[in-house]
Amino acid sequence: MSHTATEHDATTAAATEWKPNIVAFLCNWCSYAGADLAGMSRFGYPAAIRIIRVPCSGRVDPMFILKSFERGADMVLVSGCHPGDCHYTSGNFHARRKLQAFRELMGFLGIDPRRFKMSWVSAAEGGKWSALVNEITEEARSLGPFTGYPSCENGNGRTTGEQGD
Amino acid sequence: MISLTMDGRQVEVQDGQTLLDAAKLLGIEIPTLCHHKAVPPAGACRVCVVEITGGGRPGLVPACAYPAQNGLVIDTHSKAVRNSRRLTLSLLLSRSPETEALQALAKEYGAEPVFAATREPHAEAQGGPGVSSKCILCGLCVRVCAEVIGPSATCFAGRGRGREISTPYKQLSHVCIGCGACAFICPTGAIDPAEFCSHPIEQISNEFNCGYDVRTPIHIPFPQAVPNKPLIDRDNCIHFKTGGCGACKTLCPAGAIDYEMADEIVEEKVGAVIVATGYQLLDPSIYEEYGYGRYPDVVTSLEFERMVSASGPTEGELRRPSNGQPPKTIVFLQCIGSREEQTAGGKPYCSKICCMYTAKHAILYKHKVHDGQAFIFYMDIRSAGKNYEEFVRRVVKEKNATYLRGRVSKVFPRGDKLIVMGADTLSGGQVEIAAEMVVLAPALLPSAGVRDLAQKLRIGYDQHGFLSEAHPKLKPVETNTAGVFLAGCAHSPKDIPDTVAQASAAASKALGLITHSRLTREPTIGIVNQATCNGCFECQPVCAYGAIGPREIRDRRGNLLATVAHINEGLCQGCGACAVTCRSKSIEVQGFRDDQLYAEINAIGPSAPLVATLPSGRNGNGSEK
Repeated sequence: MSHTATEHDATTAAATEWKPNIVAFLCNWCSYAGADLAGMSRFGYPAAIRIIRVPCSGRVDPMFILKSFERGADMVLVSGCHPGDCHYTSGNFHARRKLQAFRELMGFLGIDPRRFKMSWVSAAEGGKWSALVNEITEEARSLGPFTGYPSCENGNGRTTGEQGD
Repeated sequence: MISLTMDGRQVEVQDGQTLLDAAKLLGIEIPTLCHHKAVPPAGACRVCVVEITGGGRPGLVPACAYPAQNGLVIDTHSKAVRNSRRLTLSLLLSRSPETEALQALAKEYGAEPVFAATREPHAEAQGGPGVSSKCILCGLCVRVCAEVIGPSATCFAGRGRGREISTPYKQLSHVCIGCGACAFICPTGAIDPAEFCSHPIEQISNEFNCGYDVRTPIHIPFPQAVPNKPLIDRDNCIHFKTGGCGACKTLCPAGAIDYEMADEIVEEKVGAVIVATGYQLLDPSIYEEYGYGRYPDVVTSLEFERMVSASGPTEGELRRPSNGQPPKTIVFLQCIGSREEQTAGGKPYCSKICCMYTAKHAILYKHKVHDGQAFIFYMDIRSAGKNYEEFVRRVVKEKNATYLRGRVSKVFPRGDKLIVMGADTLSGGQVEIAAEMVVLAPALLPSAGVRDLAQKLRIGYDQHGFLSEAHPKLKPVETNTAGVFLAGCAHSPKDIPDTVAQASAAASKALGLITHSRLTREPTIGIVNQATCNGCFECQPVCAYGAIGPREIRDRRGNLLATVAHINEGLCQGCGACAVTCRSKSIEVQGFRDDQLYAEINAIGPSAPLVATLPSGRNGNGSEK
């Protein structure tokens, strides 16, 4: 590390102060239930994550992800059933293909693709969910705040005006 | 129809039936030795003689072979008949005095051997294949082999007093298929088919008794099977292997056996499915230290259960597989593969039922071997359940079972005993027990193939393959797929009371679903905005349920204005794949509409109230530093 001791301390202090903002789209049947199980099993994980329940990972529109970054997310997670176990037979396959294509376009949009994660967490994997959140929170912290969309702060409020009312 | 008189009673029989059949109809007892209904009659032993007194040529005839004729008058127990039978039996008895079947009949007819057996009747047969001296030369075995089974592996050999049953040229037969029909049909129990066969006879091990005894190819799989009917194991059945035999079909009085029947796929439309696929046991041979599979006296709990069962291979007598003696010292090892992740194949979960069945086995053991001593190695005694702890206490106090808290490091043979080396963590010492039998309690696993089934039914399962309930507290028997319910060990290891409770719950839930004339369902399904849909039907291929179809919009004159997508409310499950695919955003999933989800996204910022301007928070300008 090239940091001096003082800089390092400052960084650490900032890091402990700043908490990343992670938006997670969880499918209702597997990952949401897995997160629920994590809670019921009293697994701990950072509070940095905000869960939005969707019926299926295939319901996640790439626009949701862009909107999340626009609204201040530092990282977005989409999690569904394991491939082959989709409650809706094939929704997670649609999600996998579509969002992989979306990830390829993220650089073009000015977003570090590492800020977008996909995972498969089943309803029985409370422990995996907790470990996953710990891991991506750590990664989000190391990536630092997402500052790619300063425009939305300037108050032109294109989407905010439409959606917030 | 043929009408005849027997012992003064009129009887009618079918064409081709014999006097013996007529006697059976009347309930008249006629002794037989060489008769079996699976084999065409031969009239060889002549103990079934009856006397024709009228309606035909008078004289003594064998009832088993003599065809019924109109107008015959038969006496089945005349003096001549009794004399003839007595003489026949006397002669047979002289030849084979130790045959039980003969002794019983001889007693009834007052027959005595007419001469003492001057020499061993089968002395000449020594060294070659043959049958025991109980043989009365009725020839049933020869006839069944030639006429019913087919290979003709047995025959008569020799003449006069040297006559006997053997194989051609007294060589071990290579055509013998080892079916055992000769031994089965022999009226005197004189035959061991292994004597004839040049190759080892394949015994079919009885799966239900864990291979500790054998079964026939046609068998009832286990007592109280549902349906409690025999099935034919086609891989081993002689009829299916060679085309011969067919004895079961000949013998079945109900005519229920049909070799032409084939497996068929029956399609049923059902309203609910209950998955109760049960469990299987971990194969404990993955733990080499216990010696399962190497030492016959190391058995699993299921094998022990069969051994002590009254309907088991030993009819409930507990015997060591190695030497057939009752084990005076027995060691039960619990948690074989349960609560254990160190070894590949070990399972982290508790198999739940082993503590209680091991306690039960200790009691059963003491019932079978009164002076025996049982040792039980355990990790923890998990006896949570109504009266369970009391049960375990009773095993300790009344049955003097020694519970040792600790694990076993090694089981190895010394002499005819098995030395069990283990730790007793309560006393802090090592123990070494010279056991005569070791019973392992392997971990419970979900049944093989349950993952495929779960994927077909679209229900979840955990990393071990146990099926997942929809909610551990609120929906314990439902799955995430509507109409599919769980019961028993397919869901998790559980004992019988828990399984019955869960199965009852699943049955109630299923009935609650299918007894209503109308189905209520979640309203969270897709709807199409017909005003904006441009009918591209990109949504159609992504729908896994085929719920999307075209709908024509016409004006009042019936002119077609547009063809738009339409979602069938009954088929749609509300996954939302179509909503994402729709380029004109004309499909919304109710409850998960775009505006609802955007509202959620908009609310995510740590300090982002839903107002037109964003707060000057941390976003963008790095002010968080």
